[in-house]
Amino acid sequence: MRRPSKTTRRTTATATAALALVLGATACGGTTGPASGGELSGQTVTVAGVWTGSEQENFKKVLDAFTEKTGARTVFVPSGDNVSTFVGSKIEGGNAPDVVMVPQVGVLQQFAKEGWLQPLSDQAATTAGSTLAPVWKNYGTVDGTYYGLYFKAAHKSTVWYAPEAFTQAGVSEPKSYADMLKAGRTLADSGRPAFAIAGEDGWTLTDWFENIYLSQAGPEKYDQLAQHTLKWTDDSVVKALTTLGELFKDKQLVAGGAEAALGTDFPSSVAQVFGPEPKAGMVYEGDFVGGVATGQFGKKLGEDAKFFPFPAVDGGKAPVVSGGDAAVVLKDGKNSKAGMKLLEFLADAEAAEVWAGAGGFLSPNNEVDLASYSDDTTRSTADSLITAGNSIRFDMSDQAPAAFGGTKGAGEWKLLQDFLRDPSDPQGTAAKLEAEAVKAYGN
Amino acid sequence: MADALTARAATNPRRLAQRKKRRLAVVFVLPALLLLGALVVYPVLFSLGRSFFDAGGDRFVGAGNYAAIIHDPATLKAIRNSTIWVVVAPLLLTGLGLMLAVLTEKVRWATAFKLVLFLPMAVSFLAAGIIFRLAYEQDPDRGVLNAAVVGVHDAFHDAAAYPTARAREDHGLTGGAGGPYSTEETVRPGRSVSLGFVGVAPDAMPAGAKAAAAAAPDTDGIGGVVYLDFAPGGAGTPGKVDPGEKGLPGMVVEAARDGRVAATATTADDGSFHITGLADGEYTVRLPAANFAAPYQGVNWLSPALVTPAIIAAYLWVWTGFAMVLIGAGLAAIPRDALEAARMDGATEGQIFRKITVPLLAPVLTVVFVTLVINVMKVFDLVYIIAPGPVQEEANVLATRMWLVSFGGGNDQGLGSALSVVLLLLVVPAMLFNIQRFRRSGA
Repeated sequence: MRRPSKTTRRTTATATAALALVLGATACGGTTGPASGGELSGQTVTVAGVWTGSEQENFKKVLDAFTEKTGARTVFVPSGDNVSTFVGSKIEGGNAPDVVMVPQVGVLQQFAKEGWLQPLSDQAATTAGSTLAPVWKNYGTVDGTYYGLYFKAAHKSTVWYAPEAFTQAGVSEPKSYADMLKAGRTLADSGRPAFAIAGEDGWTLTDWFENIYLSQAGPEKYDQLAQHTLKWTDDSVVKALTTLGELFKDKQLVAGGAEAALGTDFPSSVAQVFGPEPKAGMVYEGDFVGGVATGQFGKKLGEDAKFFPFPAVDGGKAPVVSGGDAAVVLKDGKNSKAGMKLLEFLADAEAAEVWAGAGGFLSPNNEVDLASYSDDTTRSTADSLITAGNSIRFDMSDQAPAAFGGTKGAGEWKLLQDFLRDPSDPQGTAAKLEAEAVKAYGN
Repeated sequence: MADALTARAATNPRRLAQRKKRRLAVVFVLPALLLLGALVVYPVLFSLGRSFFDAGGDRFVGAGNYAAIIHDPATLKAIRNSTIWVVVAPLLLTGLGLMLAVLTEKVRWATAFKLVLFLPMAVSFLAAGIIFRLAYEQDPDRGVLNAAVVGVHDAFHDAAAYPTARAREDHGLTGGAGGPYSTEETVRPGRSVSLGFVGVAPDAMPAGAKAAAAAAPDTDGIGGVVYLDFAPGGAGTPGKVDPGEKGLPGMVVEAARDGRVAATATTADDGSFHITGLADGEYTVRLPAANFAAPYQGVNWLSPALVTPAIIAAYLWVWTGFAMVLIGAGLAAIPRDALEAARMDGATEGQIFRKITVPLLAPVLTVVFVTLVINVMKVFDLVYIIAPGPVQEEANVLATRMWLVSFGGGNDQGLGSALSVVLLLLVVPAMLFNIQRFRRSGA
């Protein structure tokens, strides 16, 4: 029984790899010519990552800076969305990249457990130790060994709003969760419902819950819940759900009511605030909302699209839910030594500043000069990320098994959607969440 | 050569000939057998075996997966939905097909009509799914079905002027969101009241609205003002007419006494109103709900209750042509003289249909019905595409559930295999029935 199933998996992996190879060969070819001189001249470092489009362009600028410094040639290989399949098949085919930019903490752990990764060199670890908050090291460490250097961060605790709606209603950026709801009700009085909620996408709802939980219950409990050593039936979960339900059940706060919210996907929720026919004043999601508002609706960050940090709930600390891309070095790479040099370079503020200037980037590195960010909004997001320091936590649903935290129409996504439809029974929802979590975590 | 063979076969010519025939048969059947074995028998046996192992495929769990099917509410829902599908869809399709086949026989443009009905068969399920996903959208601006429903509804009912308005709380008016609202205290003629409302967006105000001003009451009437108790910027005191606050024109105001309406008035551009011709006494000033009726939203086709019928309707759209054409062919083969004879004997068309056409068509109807039953069992694409995330679980059938469990995040191929075995067992009776029928008609 066992062997055939593995074979099938391998076959699919190979097929995907072949496809990725073809795609890679046609789409990328992002090589940088060797500079004369430099300690690594004549060597080639291959980097794989999920980035496409402008993100890829900007990352290549960072690689160019590395080339300039060391003389090593760099090649960026797009991995497609499924990094773990890509890397697995590359290793099997004897053509492993030297460095991989890993987008999820779960994938990093998987790589480490497969024994694919090389621990960070002393120099990289030392630089990272002095420039990154310890929490980033924890997320890059598996079973006591430090493998993953976090280079790019995401900030998922930003509430975006339309300034003209706030002016019209005469409210200002709230400092606490209670204030936020109060401001929301005033917004509704002014004729513009408070929040656009993307209920059709389950992940936005898990993000709502995570922010409230992190602030209300604190980071320790958050970690326990993410590991599922704490049960979802715990009082703290019920309390957070009750807090969330207070918002969900209020027709003035949820634009169009819960039913309409359940028919709204993430891009539409941004459109409801920043689109041509605004229907709501605020939308909560990560820093990428700014990208949609500017890219799709021509808003200018800091002028007609602003954000405030997700406020503290019940006197707790303001939450900072985050995520990021970690750089790892593969054992099987042809040039893993040069790859480690690249990591040492990435650990340096200088590398991050290259991308910071190009935009669409947050660095977890606290030595990065805030002045190097290209606009004020990104700068204040970065500032909030650095200030949060060690209280940052990664997205809980990303850390959970996919069956629980990452599947459309199932697990946490589905249960929170049901909760949005009918928020009257937090206790019951908590019990259902626990039942699903037990199934997915298997503990 | 021939002579030699006959000479040798002479000992037992019949058996030899038979053996030769059998060998030839094996040679001819072998390729088909090999293909069937590799593509049908082997996967069936493999799935059967796999269904006794856990998610990873390493641990034997016996009937554990089958027990899980019975205990998992989501899977039970899928079984329930599959049952609904199998009972409803083939019956409706055969009935519709029969009706259309009989009717098209009698119209002049029969071929053109049949062609149009048959066209959806040329559309792939994927495309049909996307078409219906859009058609079923809740927002009348996007979903054509709701656009039609709302259009028809609005042709008969006028939209209310202030669907979003609600009374400013704790300032003299009682009533829930959506009205009606009435004054908490009774009013005598000769007095005036000011009724504050909030929740009207600036661009939703009637163009002619002017600054709010209360009308002075007559001795036999009640005067007052209905106004928007929200000045831009949130300035002003709740419950008072402040500068910059506008009246709400066109609002119907009633004076009621002992539950009966004594007189009504409509507010002017500045929100002022006079209710005249009142006898002395205590009156309640009311604003009927018609002022605040929310705009009709149409039908939520993709709500948990309606999603399965909605998808079945899409399925009907695709398959009706198929049923009609098959039944039509059967209809053409019916001996005309039987129908003629019945007509001569004075049978009505209804009697002919019931007593002659349907019995003669029974074999064709059975074939269509059974084929559709088998087809409906494996319906997947329509369900997968049409149902949005929040109601996916409510729409799932066995086939989608099987796929989701195996590959859609849970990656529990043990449970998935168990589901596929259940599905197989359910299809087998229909298969056997069909085979038996073919045998009978072949004999």
